[in-house]
Amino acid sequence: MVKKMLGKSYLLLVLAFMYAPIVLIIILSFFSSGSRFSLAGTFTFDNYLAIFTSRSSPVLFDAIKNTLIIALVSSIIATVMGSVAAIGMFHLGKRGQRFVAGMNQLPIINSEIVMAVSLMIFFVTFSFPSGYTRLIIGHITFCTPYVVLSVLPRLYQMDPNVYEAALDLGANPTKALLKVQVPMLIPSILTGFIMSFTISLDDFIITQINKGASSGINTISTYLYEDTKSQGFQAFWPAIFSIIFIVVLTTLIMVNFKKKTNGGNAK
Amino acid sequence: MNKQAFAKLKSFRFTRKVFSYPYVLFMLIFIVTPLFLILINAFKVNGEFSLGNFVAFFKDSSSITVLERSILVGLFTTAVCLLIGYPVAYFLTQFSSSKVIALLFIIPMWVNFLIRTLSTKAIFQILDMPLGWSAVLVGMVYNYLPFMILPLHTTLSNIDKSYIEASEDLGANSFVVFLKTILPLSVPGIISGITMVFIPTISTFAITEILSNRRITLFGDTINYMFQSSSTYGIGSVMSLIMLVMVIISNTIISRMNKNNQGGSAVW
Repeated sequence: MVKKMLGKSYLLLVLAFMYAPIVLIIILSFFSSGSRFSLAGTFTFDNYLAIFTSRSSPVLFDAIKNTLIIALVSSIIATVMGSVAAIGMFHLGKRGQRFVAGMNQLPIINSEIVMAVSLMIFFVTFSFPSGYTRLIIGHITFCTPYVVLSVLPRLYQMDPNVYEAALDLGANPTKALLKVQVPMLIPSILTGFIMSFTISLDDFIITQINKGASSGINTISTYLYEDTKSQGFQAFWPAIFSIIFIVVLTTLIMVNFKKKTNGGNAK
Repeated sequence: MNKQAFAKLKSFRFTRKVFSYPYVLFMLIFIVTPLFLILINAFKVNGEFSLGNFVAFFKDSSSITVLERSILVGLFTTAVCLLIGYPVAYFLTQFSSSKVIALLFIIPMWVNFLIRTLSTKAIFQILDMPLGWSAVLVGMVYNYLPFMILPLHTTLSNIDKSYIEASEDLGANSFVVFLKTILPLSVPGIISGITMVFIPTISTFAITEILSNRRITLFGDTINYMFQSSSTYGIGSVMSLIMLVMVIISNTIISRMNKNNQGGSAVW
């Protein structure tokens, strides 16, 4: 009993440590303060209004637009390429599959900064057009592995008899693939897409190093980084942080609850 | 299935592997080639093969200091994350069947690390504490703690309860059960937690910059800095290679450990 109490209070203590900064930022988002974080001001919604009315609002919205475009384009390409590749990998020989899976693992295990600078050298060496092209290619390289890792295990779980049944019932292999196998893969393809999209949204290091100084393209995270380097830290940031945090929290809890109920039904 | 159809199926299976070729090509171009370019750049001075960059790096005491300092920060962060994170993962499996509570410990991982770092900075400024080493270390632990808890929780919750019951039946008290049964069985989780924290800690940039007002630089910051002008690409490449070697070593250890242990499922 005592042990249980001790354990529970320990968990609460660590949770408090992990959430204190986030809770503080949410509180701060309702206080007017200068470039330095402080609770000295008064309660206000100004920081939230500043998202739309600040002089830097156009820059912010441009960054939001870039973030979404890059995430959407690269995760769609990554999903298509990764899913097709997973089907191909499933039919590769053992050695071939090990080789491809090993390469696929590289962006996941490699240190992000090494990935980022190696791509940068590559783009500079072969003079790729700077801006969107480099960023989207960069994002595809680190998103696709997650699609492959999400689709490939599903292919192994699939009952091979279903595919053979489709052939027995007169479908040609292409039709069996498109009408039987692909629909069965849709949930894991979707998971891969969502993972790619989130990882792309969240990326900072690869974007920061590959965006190039001259292109002027910023995503939310690179704009935030540049803003912390300049003196005037925009008032809207705490508000933006709070919104992002609430979105992340509700999405993850919802996804988890949904998964739980689905799991219950399956049993 | 008759023989003809089987042969047809087989030949189709054979051709379907072609589907993986575009991605293989893509990876060869955009993942493997760039890493080769790092290798080439590391061994190139003024367009000729040379070990000059390595000599320059290892002779420069300041860059060695940065490397040493980064490894120390990495070791410290990893150790503290393990010390805080292991009991969390252990207690979670002990009395909470709810996945939502486990999820609460992982959620911060999904918040952008710049936001988490700036929030840490906010705490330090509100409490009127100076930015510097203490802020950097707290910020690192805060940032990477979820990455330690996640693999530990996965491993610990996948341990077969009957092992624990068996050792209790054989007369072990709860401390001995932990020491002789749970701890050894959770080693794969510990190892993968260590690599998930150690490598990113050394190679990250921006965290130290923000939390020390640019007074402290770590390896990742230096790599970033070296690639800002093309004259130092060579030394930057040497540093990236060192990073790459550390990544390879830690992953070899992980895959060794995982051979006898099938990777469990994540929290969600």
